[in-house]
Amino acid sequence: MSRRWLSLVGPMAVAGLLALASLLFSESAQLQIQTTLVVTAMVVGLSVFCGNSGIISFGHVSFVAVGAFAAGILSMPADQKSRVFKELFPVLRDNRLGNLSTLLVGALVGGVFAAVVGAALVRLNGLAAGIATFAVLGITRNVLRNWNKIGPGAKAIPSIEQSTGLAQAVIALCLCIAIAWWYQQSRSGRRLRATREDAAAAQGVGISAYRERWIAFVISGALSGFAGAVYVHLLGSVTADQVYLKLTFLTLAMLVIGGFQSLWGAVLGGLSIGLVNAVLFEGEKGLPLPGWKPTLPSGTSDIVLAALMVVALLLRPSGLSSNREFAAQPTS
Amino acid sequence: MIWVQRFIDAIAIGALFALVALGIGLVFGVMRLVNLAYGELMMAGGYALFATAGWPVLVRIPVALAVVIVLSLVLERLVFRRLRGAAPATMLAVTFGVSFLLRSIAQKRWSAQGKAMAIFTDLNQTFTVGSLRIKWLTIVAIVVSAALLSAVQQFLTRTDLGLQMRAASSDARTARALGIRTDRVIVAAFVIAAVLATAALLLFAPQRPVVTPDYGLQISILALVGVVIGGMDRIGPATLGGFAVGFANSMLFSLLPKGQRIFLDTALYGLVIVVLLARPSGLFQRDRQAVRV
Repeated sequence: MSRRWLSLVGPMAVAGLLALASLLFSESAQLQIQTTLVVTAMVVGLSVFCGNSGIISFGHVSFVAVGAFAAGILSMPADQKSRVFKELFPVLRDNRLGNLSTLLVGALVGGVFAAVVGAALVRLNGLAAGIATFAVLGITRNVLRNWNKIGPGAKAIPSIEQSTGLAQAVIALCLCIAIAWWYQQSRSGRRLRATREDAAAAQGVGISAYRERWIAFVISGALSGFAGAVYVHLLGSVTADQVYLKLTFLTLAMLVIGGFQSLWGAVLGGLSIGLVNAVLFEGEKGLPLPGWKPTLPSGTSDIVLAALMVVALLLRPSGLSSNREFAAQPTS
Repeated sequence: MIWVQRFIDAIAIGALFALVALGIGLVFGVMRLVNLAYGELMMAGGYALFATAGWPVLVRIPVALAVVIVLSLVLERLVFRRLRGAAPATMLAVTFGVSFLLRSIAQKRWSAQGKAMAIFTDLNQTFTVGSLRIKWLTIVAIVVSAALLSAVQQFLTRTDLGLQMRAASSDARTARALGIRTDRVIVAAFVIAAVLATAALLLFAPQRPVVTPDYGLQISILALVGVVIGGMDRIGPATLGGFAVGFANSMLFSLLPKGQRIFLDTALYGLVIVVLLARPSGLFQRDRQAVRV
């Protein structure tokens, strides 16, 4: 198999193996792995824009959030909505969609939102871009939390069918990987990476950085919205604060720890941090090793996770993948 | 008259944000590090005030100051020093990791529940001038912030170390080639940043006398937003940007109709986006630099 195809199949295979391996463990450990797979899908969505453009976005969880809320509201039973959330727009209140349709709606809402936001913001560079995207996140959270016509306000969206299981999670992740890979190989993806490497030279050969960035932004917003929809079907309920700051920084840290500039980096970072988190989380209850049950004191898993993240970045500043694709030849 | 009062209150909030922005801006200047863990210095000082609750104020303040300075220096030595020259994304992720680490430790040690650390509560009392009712804290915040900002200004313009710091900010490589000891300059920046964080904490504490693990998070994020919209590359504009965000936040709150105040964040961040699009290299940068692509 050529290296090019390996860069697609490799990350998928690793995700699949992790999913299979999780079957050996307890139900709660499996749930942790499912969460890891879905969060990794968000990281892949983020990397379509950040990895190819070299611009840090603090705002992609906005797209995750609108995807999650759209899917959540639309999969709640209509009669329950008319009792609990009377103020919703009628179109949201009186309709209910099937699980698969809500995933598509999530992707659509995320993509459209990104298209609107991106049209203005792709002109910005560096930290100005980062802060502007963060401002979008602040607005999204503020509106989702307070506008009763489109969502539950400060309450949670309850009673979302938990249709995301292990199979759904791994398929969703592989789908995101495939689309990210396809974009990476596409003409637009190559042009965008050219602007990342040398903005002036890229402009010199007639590449419009704005145009390519916008395309990547929309695709990455759609993937984020899709991942958000898959996520609410795993959680079963969602609040505006669950898709805000912590998730933003966690997914960004995963991307950087894996390797900011490669697709494999996004997958590797998401899966490895998720896996470490799962082990630590289970560790607080006691790890079921044969003849020995090592137990972490409660409340320490976050401390260990954060310390590991810092140490990993100090030791490997360009990420676990060294910014290379799966099975790519090492460059010195 | 109500608007005069609101204006004065907004200046006090702006002054507080300016202190935090200056702390973030100084460190960014000397080592291009956007420190997302800056708010955790305030948090650490808050827990120091909690641990010393009931002691005389003249002991509590030096203890809090010492805790914040030591933490700032330890982070510089153990973590940030190893990041010099790293990619911006890596730096951001590391400082986020440090912020998350410190908050997790605080949560484990003191739980997510707030701890009382009241100090200077008398400053919440008001006095009246004509029809204005002004908190003492407002006056103190403005005076103390102005004094500290001008002290740092004097330091940067009148002392050798300050001059070196400005040189390192504008061009670190040339500064090093000219014999400036970067380590010393960076350590000095981290010490000043710690002093400013403590000052901001002491001015913030009378209004929010309960410390939680995310005590410094919101104010430091907003101050960072201010630093970027003011213009990161120079310390003056960065500080003004911090002031502007604090001031705007307070004024927008007054301007919004009562029922719409829940949408304060939307108004503020909307304004931030407009400013960034209009002046991407900084609201208070004198000369607009040409922005490539």
